[in-house]
Amino acid sequence: MLTPTTEAELAEIVRGANAPLSLRGGGTRHVPGAGEPLTTAGLTGITLYEPGALTLVARAGTPVEVVENALRAEGQRLPFEPMDHRTLLGTDGTPTIGGAVAMNVSGPRRVQAGACRDSLIGVRFVDGSGEVIKNGGRVMKNVTGYDLVKLMAGSRGSLGVLTEVAFKVLPAAATQATLRLDGLDPTDAVAAMSAALGSPFDVTGAAHDVAGRTTWIRLEGLEGSVDYRAGELGGVLSRHGDVARLDAGESAMIWSAVRDVRVLAGSGRDVWRVHCRPSHAVRVLDAVGLDAALMDWGGGLVWLAVPAGTDLRAWLDGVPGYATRVTGALDVVPEVAAVAALTDGIRAKFDPRGVFAA
Amino acid sequence: MEMPKADPFRLARKDTLVRRLREALPADAVIDAPAELKAYECDALTAYRCPPLVAVLPRSTREVSAVARICHDLEIPLIPRGAGTSLAGGSLPTGDAVILGVARMTETLEVSHVDRIIRVQTGRTNLSVTGEVEGDGWFYAPDPSSQLACAIAGNIAMNSGGAHCLKYGVTTNNLLGVTLVRMDGTVVEIGGAHMDAPGLDLLGLVCGSEGQLGIVTEATLRILPKPEGARPVLIAYDDNETAGQCVSDIIKAGILPVAIEFMDRPVIRATEDFAHAGYPDVEALLIVEVEGSEAEIDEQLTAIEAIARRHDPVEVRRSNSAEESAAIWLGRKSAFGAMGQINDYMCLDGTIPVSELPRVLKGIRELSKEYGLDVGNVFHAGDGNMHPLILFDANKPGDLEKCEAMGADILRLCVEVGGCLTGEHGVGIEKRDLMHHQFDPVDLEAQMRVKDVFDPRWLLNPAKVFPLDVTEARRSVRA
Repeated sequence: MLTPTTEAELAEIVRGANAPLSLRGGGTRHVPGAGEPLTTAGLTGITLYEPGALTLVARAGTPVEVVENALRAEGQRLPFEPMDHRTLLGTDGTPTIGGAVAMNVSGPRRVQAGACRDSLIGVRFVDGSGEVIKNGGRVMKNVTGYDLVKLMAGSRGSLGVLTEVAFKVLPAAATQATLRLDGLDPTDAVAAMSAALGSPFDVTGAAHDVAGRTTWIRLEGLEGSVDYRAGELGGVLSRHGDVARLDAGESAMIWSAVRDVRVLAGSGRDVWRVHCRPSHAVRVLDAVGLDAALMDWGGGLVWLAVPAGTDLRAWLDGVPGYATRVTGALDVVPEVAAVAALTDGIRAKFDPRGVFAA
Repeated sequence: MEMPKADPFRLARKDTLVRRLREALPADAVIDAPAELKAYECDALTAYRCPPLVAVLPRSTREVSAVARICHDLEIPLIPRGAGTSLAGGSLPTGDAVILGVARMTETLEVSHVDRIIRVQTGRTNLSVTGEVEGDGWFYAPDPSSQLACAIAGNIAMNSGGAHCLKYGVTTNNLLGVTLVRMDGTVVEIGGAHMDAPGLDLLGLVCGSEGQLGIVTEATLRILPKPEGARPVLIAYDDNETAGQCVSDIIKAGILPVAIEFMDRPVIRATEDFAHAGYPDVEALLIVEVEGSEAEIDEQLTAIEAIARRHDPVEVRRSNSAEESAAIWLGRKSAFGAMGQINDYMCLDGTIPVSELPRVLKGIRELSKEYGLDVGNVFHAGDGNMHPLILFDANKPGDLEKCEAMGADILRLCVEVGGCLTGEHGVGIEKRDLMHHQFDPVDLEAQMRVKDVFDPRWLLNPAKVFPLDVTEARRSVRA
């Protein structure tokens, strides 16, 4: 395993590579492809943290936990609530902040606070020629030149190896509460979640466990404010079913389980995620016909466990959206020709020798 | 600011160009009369003007695609234009280019409350998007000052922000999908009504690319439920540094206001003379706005005021009604107009780390003395997005050049302290030649490679964003 400890050393390795490299941070989020293994886990450390400016910069191999602990000490957090894939995928190792960026990993709060790519404000990376490139910076409003920061988020190491990432962070909420509705079918659940997300009460999570017929709506903020909104929103949601209010402790446990998709862990099936319009979520579930499913993002993200070897995309024919297998080897999403022409062109420019093709 | 000279080879093709455009578009969509072309000779950076060869006003993606294909065939540069409100010269033409205005593309294509989206043609003004959905309790969050006039197309091209982006983000955080016409006429659908599809984030790349990668004809935008209410508090200090410290402390305390605006004494005095908002005559004013129910607003404002009082303010004035809120915002909203009453001005928008506020304000004051030009500062303090307004006299020979040189010095200072050249206006031609200060050659090369993929012949808005000497070879490629 190649484990460079400086950006310069990493650049040297890439420049000298004459066969594909297989990139990873902690290797917890997917099964890496063929090629010589290279990890960024040796590039660690928070290089800048200014709580008063809501800015944190860290080297790519810094464990997510280290970043989250530093933020917690100042009453702040990563807005996008990155998932820990270890339970779902049965992997071990240490999730890195660079890995979260490379996969654009965003949890339940995505509906309110944006995705990982929305919090990301700067990157440094080594491209396929071994050049060190920077883009963005450490300020949260920046339109100076093209936004390669967004391009790198979710690019899964296909354009370069991330060496440093910068974030806009946010104050952590003083407290939270969850409103739970029991017994809803998927159609009613999407309706309830849409009503919550369309209310002025600043909902930061809306999820539904299909098999358990349980719907959860999260509120976060100052104590008095959460109380007030829980009351008002409870009134709105009572049209959809009986509403129970769960306190901060129980709420936190539920959302960490939703974030990590624990309900589908250990089934031995293939797990897929489908990005779709909330109004299409029920069509997705109907097309698959199984109830081992979790809806997050108010129905905009559907997690499904299907018999191993199933190509879900064939089942979903006609439902607009994107299906990706999460378990097993990484699955390349086929794109329409006009988009593929652009993405292939960009990959060829950033990695002309195919060093990151694994 | 230099622009490339009109290419005689292209000028000679004007008749063919006009004939082919007229074949492809309705008669009223092609403008080639010199008097009418004057309307397209500049945007809101009025110091630079040049009428285009031809202007076109298509009504559909199909027509935009036809125009692009014709210009591509004839190797004529194409300059996209939203509403022409760019302060950076983003839609300034050259004499051998076609201007493509999206002003006639104003349809609403879909509104879905369940999916929380609106899809529009991009000639729509920013404010009209909110207008379309606010009756049902929704709004579109990015709110640039020019929102009454500016088009969604331009917002996407420049990744526009606004006063409320501390909480809601800028355009790129509220954009879910686009229909993009490439320079060769290819139509590409990127993203859609769903969030975060896998694959390369082309949407993030297109947003803020200043019309150099394609022309966005339709856009799917995220809409949000309107908060129950919003109210500001006005906080006055005797020096900038304390005001800056107060901003930092509010943020550190775990409160996230939707807006934190900052005005310094020159701007306060100008707005008082102009709008009579009743501001105290102090060195620094903050307007901090929070959202929620009445009780939630009071809870947050009480916390903010407690922090403010720790720094010995001259005055703390909480709004308790819609009228008082309007009075507090009146001066801020008329600040640019008020400065314009005094003289011509140049508005910069460099962004800095919030912690560097005192140092940069001091640096700006020193530069102001050195150049002999007055400066007022009014800006979004929560996110460090400065707006120094440099006053000059456009009729006085040499004053514009002096102002530009001073502006460049201020922006270099922003970069030096860890910030950037532009937070929300874009590079355009205005900051093009300063890009060397922000980026190393290899960083610029990485960005230009992206344009090579989308527009290999560099015909789309080619003389913007990157320094001309760096793009020269790419711009002179012929088929």
